[in-house]
Amino acid sequence: MVDLSVKIGDLTLKNPIMPASGTFSEDLVNVFDLNLLGALVTKTITRGIRQGNPTPRVCEVSGSMLNSIGIPSKGVGHFIANAVPFYQAYNSPLVVSISGNTVDEFARLCEEVSVPGVAAIEVNISCPNIEEDGKAFAMRPASTLDVMRKLRAATDLPLWAKLTPNTGETSDVARAAEEGGADALVVANTMLSMSIDIHSRKPRLGNLMGGLSGPSLKPIALRMAYQCAKAVDIPVIGCGGISTTDDVLEYLIAGASAVQVGTATFIHPTAMVRMIAELEDYLNAQNIASVRDLIGSVRDEEAADTVVFMEAAP
Amino acid sequence: MNTVALNVAPGMIPANERVFESECLVKSNIPVNNDYRLLVLDAPAEILDCTPGQFFHIQCPVRGGHQPYLRRPMSIYGYFPEKGELQFLYKIAGEGTAALAELVPGESLNVVGPLGQGFDIREDWDNLLLLARGVGLATLAPLALEAQRRGKKLTAICSARSPQLLMSIDYFRDLGADVMTVTDSEGTSDLAHLRTLIEQLIADQRVDAFYTCGSNRLLKLLQDIGATHDIPGQIALEQQMACGLGMCQCCVRSFRAEGGIVHKRVCKEGPVFELQEAMGW
Repeated sequence: MVDLSVKIGDLTLKNPIMPASGTFSEDLVNVFDLNLLGALVTKTITRGIRQGNPTPRVCEVSGSMLNSIGIPSKGVGHFIANAVPFYQAYNSPLVVSISGNTVDEFARLCEEVSVPGVAAIEVNISCPNIEEDGKAFAMRPASTLDVMRKLRAATDLPLWAKLTPNTGETSDVARAAEEGGADALVVANTMLSMSIDIHSRKPRLGNLMGGLSGPSLKPIALRMAYQCAKAVDIPVIGCGGISTTDDVLEYLIAGASAVQVGTATFIHPTAMVRMIAELEDYLNAQNIASVRDLIGSVRDEEAADTVVFMEAAP
Repeated sequence: MNTVALNVAPGMIPANERVFESECLVKSNIPVNNDYRLLVLDAPAEILDCTPGQFFHIQCPVRGGHQPYLRRPMSIYGYFPEKGELQFLYKIAGEGTAALAELVPGESLNVVGPLGQGFDIREDWDNLLLLARGVGLATLAPLALEAQRRGKKLTAICSARSPQLLMSIDYFRDLGADVMTVTDSEGTSDLAHLRTLIEQLIADQRVDAFYTCGSNRLLKLLQDIGATHDIPGQIALEQQMACGLGMCQCCVRSFRAEGGIVHKRVCKEGPVFELQEAMGW
């Protein structure tokens, strides 16, 4: 009997597989038992009601997709009245993803969703659509530290900071989030991208630009998860392009303590359930007692630190 | 056939709301005319507990230079639990359907469904009018079968570019429908002529409800006639989708509601909506 459980700060997850925010909702109960998942991560909510972006909100690019949904939200009141009680029927911890346009609004929402039934708060300080030109808190260390300190002061619940790949300062941003009080990092959100229909010459997303997700993103997000795991002492949750169990293993070996699966669920709604079963099979076949033995087991000892911390040009 | 059947806890999901991801074998995949093809799948019984108007989310194969990534939503043309068959009528419109057209009997196709809210046939609606154009008729085919099963009187007005492209006429006739055809090439498909046809049917007390799909022109015509004569109706709508399950919020459209315009997900609240709440595009 192998042990699939992992610890994210004080929170113990029965296995390291959970959905990525925005690719999971109550609607999945019609497909499989949500209790199979390591955690339940909701789509990002905002304090107020948001309609979201114009359509088309999604388009596919070779082997991956772009989206610009724009965080449609029914607001915090609706969420606390409906979603939180709904998830009480399940024993997997509920992780609420939140976002805000300003630090103060963000902190207020953080306080408001700190209610019984919520196990952790994922703070989406990285959504590339929300602000002008895709600017986000987690693009720079200073704005990351500033927002994380205010969020930390607003709640006693575990805070997971979701970072953006749209930065040239990955390790510094990771350290800023840790210094600001994050209990874990989720690495990473989608990468700002674009696609144009050459026949109509129109951008293929209503919002012109959007976030890349799917297998194309995986090497980038994996690199970031690796860098972050090297840079901080808090757990890193890998996220980006995971579509197979091998992808899960790769993130764990890179240093992630758990992973989030997103776009793969759109292609195969049961993808996460299959990965959990296959991960268990893998550990059994390899005689590995605990999935925790894999975390950070990458054999990089010969590489110089200068390589590890190499940054892309900002 | 291989269906991923997982325990859905905590025992609260009605059987007809279950969604399955299934591998189905292709029985046949042949052209029915110059534009459209009929795909017949060997499907397990549990995914055939469908409602007319529902859809499946299809993973089109990657092959022959076609590399579809996201699934493609496709309305059900026919579902037959007694013979274990699921049918789709489709037109090659892009990478996904081009790849689908290359499937041959014996190959496997991964489908997710059945999905969405289908058509409602209320008890007191005895005379149903179906109006659609081109492949839109495919979506109404299972509705016609269900209406016949429930003893409803059916009239189908089928529109197409030319008589050769009229589809499912015999299918509707075999179900006892009174079929009227209108085409561009014969100059009979214009809105003025359609309005005359429909208003005559109304005068003859042959319309208790409208059903349509796919065409903005037909939607507006039926909304106008429906409002004038106080006749309800339903429309199946399309929208680009990613997940098909309601998670991603990609497939929203605008609808009229009390107090203003609201967004609804075509995959979850639809694809069938009340005729008068739908908005043209």
